[in-house]
Amino acid sequence: MFERRHLLGLEGLSAEEITFLLDTSESFREVSEREIKKVPTLRGRTIVNLFYENSTRTRTSFEIAAKRLSADTINLSASSSSAQKGETLTDTARNLAAMRPDAIIVRHPSSGAPHLLARHVDCPIINGGDGAHEHPTQALLDLLTIRSHKGQIEGLTVAIVGDLLHSRVARSNLFGLRTMGARVRFVGPPTLVPPHFAELGAELVSDLHEGLRDADVIMMLRIQRERMNGRYFSSLDEYSRLYCLSVEAVGKARKDVIILHPGPMNRGVEISSTVADGPYSVIMDQVTNGVAVRMAALYVLVGRRRGTEAAGEDVPAEPVPLRRAVAAE
Amino acid sequence: MRVPQSAPPGRIVLDAAGVGRALARVAHEVVERNKGTADLGIIGIRSRGDHLALRLQHEIRKLEGENVPFGAMDITLYRDDITRGADHAVIKSTEIPWEVDGKTILLVDDVLFTGRTIRAALDALMDFGRPRAIQLAVLVDRGHRELPIRADYVGKNLPTQHSEKVQVRLREDDGIDEVAIMPPTAASAAGDARGGARPARRA
Repeated sequence: MFERRHLLGLEGLSAEEITFLLDTSESFREVSEREIKKVPTLRGRTIVNLFYENSTRTRTSFEIAAKRLSADTINLSASSSSAQKGETLTDTARNLAAMRPDAIIVRHPSSGAPHLLARHVDCPIINGGDGAHEHPTQALLDLLTIRSHKGQIEGLTVAIVGDLLHSRVARSNLFGLRTMGARVRFVGPPTLVPPHFAELGAELVSDLHEGLRDADVIMMLRIQRERMNGRYFSSLDEYSRLYCLSVEAVGKARKDVIILHPGPMNRGVEISSTVADGPYSVIMDQVTNGVAVRMAALYVLVGRRRGTEAAGEDVPAEPVPLRRAVAAE
Repeated sequence: MRVPQSAPPGRIVLDAAGVGRALARVAHEVVERNKGTADLGIIGIRSRGDHLALRLQHEIRKLEGENVPFGAMDITLYRDDITRGADHAVIKSTEIPWEVDGKTILLVDDVLFTGRTIRAALDALMDFGRPRAIQLAVLVDRGHRELPIRADYVGKNLPTQHSEKVQVRLREDDGIDEVAIMPPTAASAAGDARGGARPARRA
C-alpha cells in the first residue's frame, strides 16, 4: 500500500511501498500494449506539468501517462510562464492551486522546490526532478526495468557510472536500490564522486574496470557538457578515454549484465554506440516502463475518492541538508 | 484478505457439489444457446470470475471437445467508484491473448449484485474490440440491481436482503467451494466477503 500524499523522493520509502508501486506499474504496462491505449480511470481530473527546466522525455512520458488514464493535462514551462515576469514559485503554486488541479508534476533546478510546493498547495505533488536531489519516477522505472530483467533486485550489484555529483537520478536510485537490498557502486572520477556518498551506503570506485567487475547492472549517467568546463576533469576527451563504456569495459561485468541509461545519451562520450545499441542495452525498455511507472504514480496519488486522501503529512519541513550539494551550480 | 477457514460460515446456500452442478448446467445452456462453440470466447472478471471461467471452459470441453479461448480481465480501472480500499488497490493483469472482434463473448463473474461491475466490464471489453455479442454468466444472482443489466446464465438465484453479504469461496483461492449468506456484521468483520461486502460493488 502507498498511503502518502505526494511522491517527492525515494528516500524514506519502505521496501513495501516501492514494491507496491512497481507491482502497480507492471499492471499498467499491459494498457500501453492495447490497440486502444486508454482507460477511463482519471476522467475529469486535471494534471499540471510545471517544468522549470527543459525536458522532453520526462514531460512527454508524464503527459502520455496522464492521457492514457483519461486525465486532462496542461503543460507550463518556465519560458512561457509568469516566472519570466518575476513571480515566485510559491505564488505560482498558489495561483495554480486556486484552479483546483488534481496533481502537479514539478521539475525545478533547485533541490527542494517540490517540497516547498507541497506545503503551499492541497493537491498531490510529484517530483519530476529537483536540482541535484531526486528524480523518483526515473529511479522507479529503472527499478522496474531491473526487476523485469533480473527477477528481483535484492542481492544484485549495480554500478552507477559517471557524473554522480550532479545526478538526481543516481541519488534516487541509490535510495531505492539500497532499500530493495542491492549493492550500489558509484564509479567515476573523484571530482565527480565526493566521499560523503559513502555515508548514504554507496561503495565508491574511481577505476572503471574495477567498478564494473561482476556487476549485474550498469547504469550510465549523462555527462552534462554544460557543466564540464574543465572544472571536474581536464577535457571531455580525457573523460571518455577513462570512463566511456566500451565493449571491453562491459566485459568486466557479469555475462548477463544489463545496461541502463536515463538519456539523453552522449554517444562516444560516456557510452560507445556499439554498447548503446548492443544486446545488453535495455534503454528502450526503460522508456516504455517510464510511461507505466508514471501511470501508476498518478493512479495511486490521484485515483482516490475525494475526501479519502491520506491525512498524514509526509512533507519534511525543509529539504534535508545532505543534498545541499550543487543547488548553487 | 482471505477469510480464514475457521470463520463463522454463515448460512451455506451452495456447497461444493452444488457449485459443480450449477457450472455443469450453465455449460450445457451455453452450448445449447450458441449451437456449439463456434466463435465463442470466455472471459472471467478477476478475481474469482476468472476461476469460474476456466471451469466453464473445462465443462464445455467435456461436452463439445473444443477448447474455447479463455481470457481474464481486471476492471479496476473502469470502476465508477475508485477508492483506496485494500481489496482493489492492487490492479491485476488483464490477459485476452486473442481477438475479440466478431466473437460471442461469454463474460463470467461470481456474484451479480448492483450491476456496476458488469457495466465496467462491458466498457473494458469494448476497448478491446467489437464483439459480435456479449453474454453474461454468473454463479449467483442476488438481486438489487442498480443498472438495467441481467444475466443470461445463472448458477443460482438467491433472494437476499440488501444489507446481507454473499460470500463466494472457491477452491483455487480459498481451498473450498462454497456460497454462503453472511449476516451483515459478521461478513464486514471478516473483511472480504465477495459480492456484497466489497465496497466497490455498492453504489
